[in-house]
Parts: sequence; C-alpha cells; structure tokens
Amino acid sequence: MENKVTRNLYMIPYALWIIFFVIAPILLVVYYSFLDIEGNFSLVNYQNFFTSTYLQMTLSSFWYAFLITAISLLVAYPTALFLTRTKHKQLWLLLIIVPSWINLLLKAYAFIGIFGTYGAANNFLEFLGIGSQQILFTDFSFVFVSVYIFIPFMILPIFNALESLNPTLLDAANDLGASKWTTFRRVVFPLTIDGVKSGCQVVFIPALSLFMLTRLIAGNRVITLGTAIEQHFLVTQDWGMGSTIAVFLIIIMFVIISLTGIRKRGA
Amino acid sequence: MKNLIQAFLAVLVVSIICLIAINRLNASAGYSGTNTLTVYNWGDYIDEEVIDQFEEETGITVIYETFDSNEAMMTKIQQGGTTYDVAVPSEYMIQKMIEEDLLIELDHSKLPNLKNIDERFMDLSFDPGNKFSVPYFWGTVGIVFNTKMLPDMDFKSWEDLWHPELKNDILLVDGAREVIGMGLNSLGYSLNDTNKDHLQEAQDKLNTLTPNIKAIVGDENKLLMANGEAPVALVWSGDASEIMFENEDLDYSVPEEGSNLWFDNMVIPKTAKNIEGAHQFINFMLDAEVAAQNTEYVSYSTPNKEALKYMPEEMVNDERFYPSPELTDKLEVYDNLGKKNLAYYNELFLEFKMYRK
Repeated sequence: MENKVTRNLYMIPYALWIIFFVIAPILLVVYYSFLDIEGNFSLVNYQNFFTSTYLQMTLSSFWYAFLITAISLLVAYPTALFLTRTKHKQLWLLLIIVPSWINLLLKAYAFIGIFGTYGAANNFLEFLGIGSQQILFTDFSFVFVSVYIFIPFMILPIFNALESLNPTLLDAANDLGASKWTTFRRVVFPLTIDGVKSGCQVVFIPALSLFMLTRLIAGNRVITLGTAIEQHFLVTQDWGMGSTIAVFLIIIMFVIISLTGIRKRGA
Repeated sequence: MKNLIQAFLAVLVVSIICLIAINRLNASAGYSGTNTLTVYNWGDYIDEEVIDQFEEETGITVIYETFDSNEAMMTKIQQGGTTYDVAVPSEYMIQKMIEEDLLIELDHSKLPNLKNIDERFMDLSFDPGNKFSVPYFWGTVGIVFNTKMLPDMDFKSWEDLWHPELKNDILLVDGAREVIGMGLNSLGYSLNDTNKDHLQEAQDKLNTLTPNIKAIVGDENKLLMANGEAPVALVWSGDASEIMFENEDLDYSVPEEGSNLWFDNMVIPKTAKNIEGAHQFINFMLDAEVAAQNTEYVSYSTPNKEALKYMPEEMVNDERFYPSPELTDKLEVYDNLGKKNLAYYNELFLEFKMYRK
C-alpha cells in the first residue's frame, strides 16, 4: 500500500513536467493555428498551408533532412563500428562528443570563415590546383555543416547498440561458415537496427526544422519549414501561420516516430 | 548517496557565493544608488565619454545596457523587470510600441534643445508631433560596393544590380521591407505601396535578380563585405559607414530612384522610474556640441542641424551620408502598413527567397 503511495508521489514532478512543458505548449500551438492574423478564429492558415509555396517548402525540407540523415548514417555506422574495435574506446568517443558541447552559432561562424573565398577550404583547393570555388552559400555547404553538427547524435546510439552486441554471436557466425559480409548483413546489422532507427530519429526530426544554418551557411538559398516559422513569429508576427506550420511539423514527427518505432521485444 | 549529497551541497555553496559576489560588485559599481538612469541602446552606439560628461554635469549615475535587435528590446521592455529609463528603437518599432502603449509622452518643455533638430526629421508619420520620440540618428538604405573588385560601377541606379556581370555577387539583407522596397523603388513605385499588382510586379522583377544573388543574410553581411567575400551588398547606411571604416576599398551609394529613410529615436518606455532624469538625458544628447562629438564617434548621420557646425567639414559634406536635398526628397520613411499588408510583404519575400532560376 505504502509502496503505491510513494510511487504516485514520485510521479508528481514527471506529471507536472509533461503537463506544463509538453502538453500545454502543444495545445497552445494548436489553438493559435486556428487564429488568423487579426486574431479571429478561422481555418485560413490551413488553407494557406496547402498552397504551392508551403507544399514546396515541405518537400524541400524533407529532401534536405533526408540527405542529411542518409549521409550522417553512411558516415556514422562505419565510424561506430571502428570505434568498438579500438583500444581506447571511451577516449575516441569523447573526442567525437566534445564538439557537440560547443555552441551551434559559434560552429556556424567558424564555417563561414573556413568555407569563405579566402578560407582554409579554398586555400587547400588552390594548393591542389583546382582553384577557388564558391563553397559558402551552396547546397553542399549546408548539407556538410548540418551533417557535421548532427553526426555525434547518430554515432552514439549506433555505438551503444554495437557495444551491447554479444561477441559470441560473431564467433558462431564465423564457425558456421558465414563470410564477413554475410555476418554483417545477417547478424550485426539486424541486431543494431534499433540503434540506427533512434539515430535516424534524432537526426531527421531536428533537420526538418533547421533554421539558423539556412541563413548563416546557405544564405537563405535553402528555405525550410523552420525558416518560415521563425519569420512568422519574429518578423510578420503572424503567430497563427507559424503555429500552423508547427502543427504540421508535429504531425510529421509523430508519423516518423511511429514508423521507425522501436518495438518492444520479449525480454 | 552521501557523495552525491556532498557534491550537490558544494554546487549550492558555490552558486550562493557567486550570487553574493555579483550583488557586491553591482553595489560597488554604483548600481544600487538612488539617482540612477538606465539607458538601453544598440551596441557601440554612443561615445562613452559623452556619458561621463552627463554624469559629471548632473550627478546622475548612468547604467548603460545594449540590445542587438528591436524585437529583443521590445520583448524586454514588455516583460518589465528592468527599469529602462531611455531606449533607442527604430521608427517602425516606435509605432508598434505606441500602439501597445509601452511609451510615456515626452514633456517638450523639458527638452529645449529640441530646436536643434532639423525640421525635416520632425513630425514624421510614425510619431506625429514627436509626442513620444526624438531623433537620435538617421540613415538610408543603399548599396555598398567594393571599388577594387568593381572599378567601373557606381550604382547610381538600382538597375545596376541587374547587370549580368554581377552573377552570384550580391548580398541582400534579410528584411522583407528592404528587399521588396528595392524592387518597388527600381520600378518607380513607393516603398509603402500596397497595390497587389505593383507588389507582384516588384516580385517578378526581383525574381529576375536571382542569378546575381549570392546570399540573403543578416548582420553577417558586414563581416562578409569587410573581408571582400562579396563585391556588392544591400545595406543600411549605418552598417555601410561601419564597414567602410574597416575596409577602405568600399564605397556607398544611394540609388537615384529613391530609397528608405530610417530613424533611431530616443524614447522613454513605460518601465521608466527616473522620468525627470530621462528628459535631462535626452535634452543633453540633443545639445549641439554633445551631438557633434557623439556623431564623430558613432559615424552615423545626425539629425541635429546645429551639431553639423561643430563637425569636420569632410564629414558634413559627404553626400553619401548627408545626401543632397534633391535625393532626400525621394527618400521615404516606412509607414506602418498594418499587419495584413506586412504579412503579404513577407509572403512575397518568402516566395522570392524560394525562387530558383
């Protein structure tokens, strides 16, 4: 009996947190999405969202988020695999995590310097004889910097999944005559798929709503839903339209989470 | 568990010590005195010596705080908390603050130096009769360009931006009114046009500029221009004078078709505690000699016509920052177009940003 009471007591902070910082904001966002710019109740924002501007923006946000996630995964998986085989795992892991402690804005400004006409990247290209290129304010720089920023969040879950893999399974596969590639395809990858899924979630969802990098690194040549939300809240002060876009983002997130959902397996 | 509690206590003790230290430091800096005045201004937008002079003359201690965007400033004033006595918002924000009842009416009898201000800059649409605000600095929107990289161009016309040679060269500022306004101006329309056909025409015209645009950025354009990253940028004159100081190859031009005229004005927000001191401060800043000294430091354009007499001639005669009356007549202040029209401007700007050749 007492056990139940204390358990309920422990739940209070959690419940309060969820109510005030998760449920209430979402309800407010939904409420605002039904207000037009004059503050009247209407569906005009939803009507606006289904115009070519916002649909196109949604598609391009998806495309860039997909690119960022795919490239992150392609880089992160081999890295995580390599990390599990090294001697000083924790040290290497730390070196990957440390850059994520640095403020995003500082990193973005650093890249403006590196990718600039007279920056390190172009100096290197000159040195190779390729000559100076326009790197900053291109799709390439945007995807590159985004991948750089998100990659620790992709590596960590995959690394953890690989770490908890039982090494005797690999021996078993080997003993039964599986080639290295078959072992990876039939044993390692399926057993770490949960790590891959949560890595993809953690990268794809924020990538959909990136906004600062679109200006600093892509010079507003890439427009995502996040950019539009920022503009509606800060410049236009059309909170309704901003909220409507946010509602769609939230719906998209739920869809993605349920699609890539990690099914509970029996213990 | 014991270790955890110890660690927790240690953090708590350190935090409390920090808190006490901050309080002590504030007290020793005179922040807790009774006769203080909190001035809330843009970063690096005043000659600190002028503040010392004011403190000496009046015995009022000035606390100087800075902001970096009108929106951030307004949010802080709205929230209350800090008692800002004088603030320096831009004209469109003043209008908004008047609407939201965030400003205190000025007592003109306490501002005798108001007579020093050029009439051209008084009684403008954003604050009729200057009931709430007094001009601090003003400027234009124009084109800053690198004379070394573009020796043959002078940008006397907006049309010059459409020159095919400028492919992938232009930096625009990330502001709907500035960019759409540029489109309107290049077609000979008013900056405050709300005719949808005209706006559509302006957007179509801007879309044809896309191949020449390198990026649409915020404050970064100053850094990028100073470093020679791009040869041309659409900027506010204040930013232009700042970067021209850093890079001597840069020049500034206000196209002849007309452009925007902007203001940063001094106001007394509702949060003010020392209203008497605030008037004293504003009046002091309007003094001809003080304004001259301040202008030399900040290097923006002063609306104080008496101050011009105390300033170096090459500064006053610089037509780029003190344009001739013919050009000034073509400059327009942004009217408050109302939320609906502003939303429409932003919609067009968003579409323009998404437009790919």
